[in-house]
Amino acid sequence: MTNKPKLLQGDEAVVEGAIAAGARFFAGYPITPASEIAEGLAEKLPAHGGKFIQMEDELASMACVIGASLSGLKSITATSGPGFSLKQENLGLGMMIEAPCVVVNVQRVGPSTGLPTSPSQGDVMQAKWGTHGDHPVIALAPSSVKETFELTVKAFNFAERFRTPVILLLDEIVGHMREKVVLPEEDEIEIWDRKKPTKSPEEFNPYEETEDHIPPMPDYGTGYRYHTTGLFHDKTGFPRGTNEDAKKLMDRLMAKIEENMDIISLYEDDIREDDEVIVLAYGSTMRSAINAVSKARENGIKAGWIKLQTLWPFPEEYVKEISKNAKSIIVPELNRGQLIKEVKEHVFGNADVYGINKYDGTLIKPDEILNKIKEVK
Amino acid sequence: MKYDIDKYLRQDKLPHIWCPGCGHGTIMGNLARAIDKAELDPDKTVVVSGIGCSGRATGYMNFDTLHTTHGRAIAFATGIKLGNPELNVIVIMGDGDGAAIGGNHLIHGARRNIDLTVILMNNHIYGMTSGQFSPMTPTGANATTTPYGNIDQNFDLADLTKASGASFIARGTAFNTRQLIEIFEDGLLHKGFSFIEAISQCPVNYGRRNNIDTAVEMLKWQKEAAVNIKKWDKLSQEEKKDKFPTGIIYQANKREYTEMYQEIIDSVQEEA
Repeated sequence: MTNKPKLLQGDEAVVEGAIAAGARFFAGYPITPASEIAEGLAEKLPAHGGKFIQMEDELASMACVIGASLSGLKSITATSGPGFSLKQENLGLGMMIEAPCVVVNVQRVGPSTGLPTSPSQGDVMQAKWGTHGDHPVIALAPSSVKETFELTVKAFNFAERFRTPVILLLDEIVGHMREKVVLPEEDEIEIWDRKKPTKSPEEFNPYEETEDHIPPMPDYGTGYRYHTTGLFHDKTGFPRGTNEDAKKLMDRLMAKIEENMDIISLYEDDIREDDEVIVLAYGSTMRSAINAVSKARENGIKAGWIKLQTLWPFPEEYVKEISKNAKSIIVPELNRGQLIKEVKEHVFGNADVYGINKYDGTLIKPDEILNKIKEVK
Repeated sequence: MKYDIDKYLRQDKLPHIWCPGCGHGTIMGNLARAIDKAELDPDKTVVVSGIGCSGRATGYMNFDTLHTTHGRAIAFATGIKLGNPELNVIVIMGDGDGAAIGGNHLIHGARRNIDLTVILMNNHIYGMTSGQFSPMTPTGANATTTPYGNIDQNFDLADLTKASGASFIARGTAFNTRQLIEIFEDGLLHKGFSFIEAISQCPVNYGRRNNIDTAVEMLKWQKEAAVNIKKWDKLSQEEKKDKFPTGIIYQANKREYTEMYQEIIDSVQEEA
């Protein structure tokens, strides 16, 4: 038996995806255009034995989610640009202490209060560099309602599997758009849970190096009585303040992401052997990109597309390979050019890279991309 | 009474880093004594702290311990407690940590009446950053950022948490160990948001700038300024000047947050 089709918006798909992935805790603060996620989880979590709490501010929401994760619950918060900025310090703590959790940012136009109800992809770089210091980041960006469900489940799986906060970057279009979707059955969904320690409390070191660089994580209250701190720490979890410990920890935090690029890096493409113009996009912009490429092909232009679902870590090798056979790469974005900088850096001059940028709250139309394809073919 | 507190402290992490004469070690020791007296299960007890001198307490206490960001300890503790209501969750904060940067979480934790035991070690100064004024630095006192004297006024943290909805409010001092152990124990056993202000002393960064530069003098001040709540109301306004009440200042039976949430879960699941 398959599920019946549903008419869902992206924010609602986050709710469905979170519940399906096993999320049992939400802490958040109201903000447009992400409030529907809070409202949906406030209604649905109790039936699953889960908890919802509306906190006094965005900083507290991020802190609360990390606390619940340490108690053993899969946890999520949702916000938009202004709130995402406020979450950054505690998000950094989550990365440092390796607390699995999912942070949704339904992007609106910034800076500041900006255009609260209009779409943007302006937080791509904030997702990567928002908190201070070097740090590991996984950020996923869906382009449809169905993908939002799928990537929400993946975000939880990555958070649990790699023991780190995962950022889910929607934009206002994807968050509020309604589409018909058939959600998968429970047994069709792959679920990952965090690794639990197999050693006794006496033999256990909470941040010990392991082959996959991911330390097992006991729930609070299970007798391990371990210490966790945002200070650089050694394998025991306690700070010693040595430069050697600091380097070792940072290298491990980065290695657990970098060595798993093949699992984390999600993208789709439609590129024929002789395609010369490639449109590389993500999020709602992807929808116009696909439409523009098919129109270009109808006009006999050799064009293809790449849909990035994982923005961070950036798929450097893949983009480098693609660029070898391309003449031009077009990167449409709802910002003044953020991800395009990564593209330019990793094509190594193999192809010319062009941006199409909108940052006035309007979206990029297929014809605008088509015109660019014609211009640079 | 004899207490067995060694097992509650990580012996390999001692001696602690607090300065000679600091009250924080005394207060932490008395918390360990109260935990012993209250017979909390150490495997089901979590201690959460923020940033500053008080924040270091979690490194020494032998439980699940979390050293968080500046001011946010109550918000982390709220997630831990709501995530697993079986846990005893203790929060340790300083006066800059809890009353300045974390003031919003203090009042909202109290408003929810979530079952946390919040201990605010008040040494009237930012000690770790070497002596800037906090919301609890007395008006007129000297700090590194008040070169012409402090014009800021203080919170009465007991009044603040009472107005915010806390159901257990107490104050004690590093000087009066017996009283502090008792109110810690009562706070730990109270179901709901327990707020305890523990007056500490910082001879290094407060005392020496304010002509009270030894721990002994500062403890004498605590002894003289502290008035048991039972005697407090009998004092005239004149007599209350420069003094503060100690003991259990307020206690009430109120619905606790995680229990109320569990009732929602139970009713939703029953309907389904």
